[in-house]
Amino acid sequence: MKAPVSWIRDLVDLPDEATTHDLTHRLTALGLKLEGIEGSGVSGPLVVGRVLTMTPEPQKNGKTINWCTVDVGQANGSGEPQGIVCGAHNFAPGDLVVVILPGGVLPGGFAISARKTYGHVSAGMICSARELGLGEDHDGIIVLPADAGVPGQDALAMLGLDDEIIEFEINPDRAYALSLRGIAREAALAYGRPFTDPTERAVPEPDDHGYPIVVEDPSGCPVFAARTVSGFDPTAPTPTWLARRIEQAGMRSISLAVDVTNYVMLEFGQPIHGFDRDKLRGPIVVRRARAGEQLTTLDGVRRTLHLEDLLITDDSGPIGLAAVMGGETTELGPTTTNIVIEAAHWDPVSIARTSRRHKLPSEAAKRFERGVDPTLPPRAADRVAELLVAHGGGTIDPGFTLVGQPAPMRTIVIDATLPGSLTGMEITPETTVAHLAAVGCSVEGSTGRLSVTVPPWRPDLSDPYDLVEEVARVVGYDHVPSVLPVAPPGSGLTPTQRLRRRVGRSLAGWGYVEALSFPWVGPADFERLMLAADDPRRTTVRLANLLSTEQPWFTTTLLPGILGNLSRNLGRGQSDVALFETATVAHPTGLATPIFPVDARPTADQIAALDVCVPRQPLHLAIAIAGQVDRSGWWGAGREVSWSDAIETIRALAGVLGVHVDVRRAALAPWHPGRCAEIVLDDQVIGHAGELHPSVCAALDLPKRSAAAEIDLDALMAAASDVVAAPRLSAFPVAKEDIALVVDADLPAETAAAVLREGAGELCEEVRLFDVYTGPQVGEGRKSLAFALRFRAPDRTLSTQETGAARDAAVAAAVARLGATQR
Amino acid sequence: MSAPNSSFDPVEVTPLREDEVIRMRDEALAAIAASTDLDGLKQARLEHTGDRSPLALANREIGALPPQARKEAGQRVGMARGAVSAALAARQAELDAEREAAMLVEEAVDVTLPWDRRTPGARHPITTMSEKIADVFVAMGWEVAEGPVIEAEWLNFDALNLGPDHPARTMQDTFWTEPADHHVVLRTHTSPVQARTMLTRTPPIYVICPGRVFRTDEYDATHSPMFHQVEGLVVDRGITMAHLKGTLDHFATAMFGEGIDTRFRPSYFPFTEPSAEVDMRCFVCRGITGSVETCRTCRGEGWIEWGGCGVVNPRVLTACGVDPDIYTGFAFGMGIDRALMFRHGAEDLRDLFEGDVRFTTAFGVEL
Repeated sequence: MKAPVSWIRDLVDLPDEATTHDLTHRLTALGLKLEGIEGSGVSGPLVVGRVLTMTPEPQKNGKTINWCTVDVGQANGSGEPQGIVCGAHNFAPGDLVVVILPGGVLPGGFAISARKTYGHVSAGMICSARELGLGEDHDGIIVLPADAGVPGQDALAMLGLDDEIIEFEINPDRAYALSLRGIAREAALAYGRPFTDPTERAVPEPDDHGYPIVVEDPSGCPVFAARTVSGFDPTAPTPTWLARRIEQAGMRSISLAVDVTNYVMLEFGQPIHGFDRDKLRGPIVVRRARAGEQLTTLDGVRRTLHLEDLLITDDSGPIGLAAVMGGETTELGPTTTNIVIEAAHWDPVSIARTSRRHKLPSEAAKRFERGVDPTLPPRAADRVAELLVAHGGGTIDPGFTLVGQPAPMRTIVIDATLPGSLTGMEITPETTVAHLAAVGCSVEGSTGRLSVTVPPWRPDLSDPYDLVEEVARVVGYDHVPSVLPVAPPGSGLTPTQRLRRRVGRSLAGWGYVEALSFPWVGPADFERLMLAADDPRRTTVRLANLLSTEQPWFTTTLLPGILGNLSRNLGRGQSDVALFETATVAHPTGLATPIFPVDARPTADQIAALDVCVPRQPLHLAIAIAGQVDRSGWWGAGREVSWSDAIETIRALAGVLGVHVDVRRAALAPWHPGRCAEIVLDDQVIGHAGELHPSVCAALDLPKRSAAAEIDLDALMAAASDVVAAPRLSAFPVAKEDIALVVDADLPAETAAAVLREGAGELCEEVRLFDVYTGPQVGEGRKSLAFALRFRAPDRTLSTQETGAARDAAVAAAVARLGATQR
Repeated sequence: MSAPNSSFDPVEVTPLREDEVIRMRDEALAAIAASTDLDGLKQARLEHTGDRSPLALANREIGALPPQARKEAGQRVGMARGAVSAALAARQAELDAEREAAMLVEEAVDVTLPWDRRTPGARHPITTMSEKIADVFVAMGWEVAEGPVIEAEWLNFDALNLGPDHPARTMQDTFWTEPADHHVVLRTHTSPVQARTMLTRTPPIYVICPGRVFRTDEYDATHSPMFHQVEGLVVDRGITMAHLKGTLDHFATAMFGEGIDTRFRPSYFPFTEPSAEVDMRCFVCRGITGSVETCRTCRGEGWIEWGGCGVVNPRVLTACGVDPDIYTGFAFGMGIDRALMFRHGAEDLRDLFEGDVRFTTAFGVEL
């Protein structure tokens, strides 16, 4: 909402010394949020000048310019006539004009200086309305009336160019401030000045002689007032001041009749619609739309109507989408001489739905859906009629139709001490009563329980707490004291919250950088990952309103995001990048969540049922690595990322959480089918890790052999050990034995190690693979695995015989169960 | 019976003569002193303390002496050998030290060689900022509450006094999911976590809820369809706006330093009444005349818009099963992304979501 300061000052007698800055500051403190302040963009010296001489001088380019001397009084410091070149011709010597002198600035930051042009030094400019930002008129310069002033007099104030426009961001509960009436009321409150409501006016009693109105749906349209103006001159121009105010408020000046309806909407806050009476066919009927009905609105769009849409109709059918947009057939036009003025009150919910349904966020709809004073229609219609005949001639028809009446104002019972007890401020019952009255409420009682009737422009006030806010904002939020509440002793972060921090810190410690990706994905993302047609990750939560049609889904996997980030980093010149991300993914349940009433708590069963319907959203962890893990440098060669880094990171992370996971060979997109592991926790697969498929790397612009992993972190954390059992240490010496086994090439090393561990028995404290060899010495289809075994007893030094027996038992197990031979 | 051989005439044994022992000792000491390296010292050790060394040979002669002479000769030779051993040990230590000193010089390296063997890891500043915020409140006994980001419409809107036709519903540009009649949205704020908390716990409730939220905003330097909020909720007996102010003042101080307080401006949120916008005193210029005018952080305002807050609307308490006649509450919420940007002078919101390691690494593992 834009409000010119001059208009506010017209409506309320503010102190002269109140600056715009101070005004906005005080209004902000009352709840009208400042969006910005606009000036005219003109700064002086801008003065009245009298043209002394003008000499037409034809130019080579065919134009004729006027070389003028202009009396600008003492404004130029010398009192000498000012020489100015002017291209306009609509004036004569002796006329009073508007002159901007060197040093002045025109809108757009156009600084004026004396400059050489057309063979003269032109020291300033004689201004047109457009140049000053006062309108589109560029037919010539402004010629002031002869009595406008004297040469040298300041013209900024005279033309209203010293005015400033305040733009407010009006909250939904302050719909009354979508009018100058409402803003002026707040300004009066801010300065403690008396306020005279501009909408207060005597209107004639309604009668049966006005334009016939039938309201078939009084719940949608509780009040409908109509006045008629006849003999209006459609060619009458809009007065400059009125057009200017509309433009200052951010609307376009269109024609006198339309401008007046907009002016009254801005002034009163009551949207108005005008009909060309000669185009109306029969009585105006307000009703809901019927199936299949259509209407062409003022914007030229033919719209199919919805059964809930409130319509204004006549015998020809729909002629307007009530309070949202008028129709073409009865539009006020250049030949309209007889006007029916509609000022009605509409059901906010219906208007909001129609406005959203037809995507027509009009100025009228914006006000109605937030709440308009329902007592305004008769007065607003009268005000429009008054302005129309004042500036466009004609007469106000004596008939005055008024259908319906506003619902009585709400009365709220509030304890007089509630404002104090809820805000923590010292607020006496007297203050409560006084401040409620100041915002327009009528209050019965002075202490204890107050009976407060809210004013008609405040439909938002419905609860005692609403009244508390009204009292508090007048007292001033700055007076709220600062008191730290004491919470009962808490138990800190939950185990899971602490584990998540542990996960992040561990990964960062291992060189991974955390990324945050957007969760939307689309078919192309899944194609790039080579997901199979029946891959469960393709079953996504679908979004109804999209940012991009390419990514219409909420993701089931973090890989598209993190791999995109990996690729972007490489594209920006990084060569070795390791990323991790933790975020929830979503799996649809296919179930509808219930909508409960809000007047009581849903039962525990109902809440549980709701939780079942909400998409399942496990927390995932993904990592992605490219380039070198150990970089090459002066210390020697580096080490390229491999499939093992991804698996190792997940295993290490499980270790950090005190969880044992098994690693099994797997084949799943987007991994290399021979270099993919599934991570298994208690026989449940909780994720995958390994090298990315070469085609995936190519599709994502990643170097070959880039690696990645994704696991269900919730599952891993759920298995985390709570209390670590302290190990018992043996102080007796360790005995070491190395063995090499030749096994089938495709036997997982993890299996061989497990068999050895089992075969070696309790004395074995570690089995560690330290070499893998394939080659002619072990034969085709075989490989050699070299293990280092450590043995130790808790209570004695092991003898060579004991160690040897344990080693032999391990080997025997491998031979028996794996078909291994010892090398 | 023969008499004791008390008048035994000592035999003159040349190597055991005092002057001879001293000579042998001095030769040994001279040889040790003359050794300039460990090899030379080894040679001296062999020559002067070995089995064939003069003092060792002299020592063997002691047995040939009559008993009454042995003690004196033994002492004489023993002292000489002791002196030689001590000198050897001392010289050994000296030469060892010299050798080590030389070795240390030789082994010196260029310690300025680069150390970029591994690239450093980091946590995202949104994560660490969220943790920092959580820690401020956990220290006061609050708990951290969380909830799903894809949420039931009832929890995201209805339970928070945002009925189906509430004008504020259209203010929050919501991502809806399909089908529409399943009533599932991407949460537009972390407030459904507050509703969930009230629905599942009994007061007193003191919780802080950080998390990511979604709105259909354009993606540019200052807007993002995904961003992060932190909300606080207190429900207890006798809670007032003053407690809200006290909490936010403490929060501002904990995050931005001593002397940083807050101010309220009346505002509107469906879930709070009275509602306020909260501004934080600019932590750069502190609004001090002379600094505030040119301050880029607050753009000359002296205050920074920080978030929204208010007294929990009794309608919300009712929908969530809290008796508004017994309990009152307050709630506040602010953007973590925005706070991160002004606290650290970040200029482009997109840096948070593009995963550029140059940006993230700068923030390390803790804020």
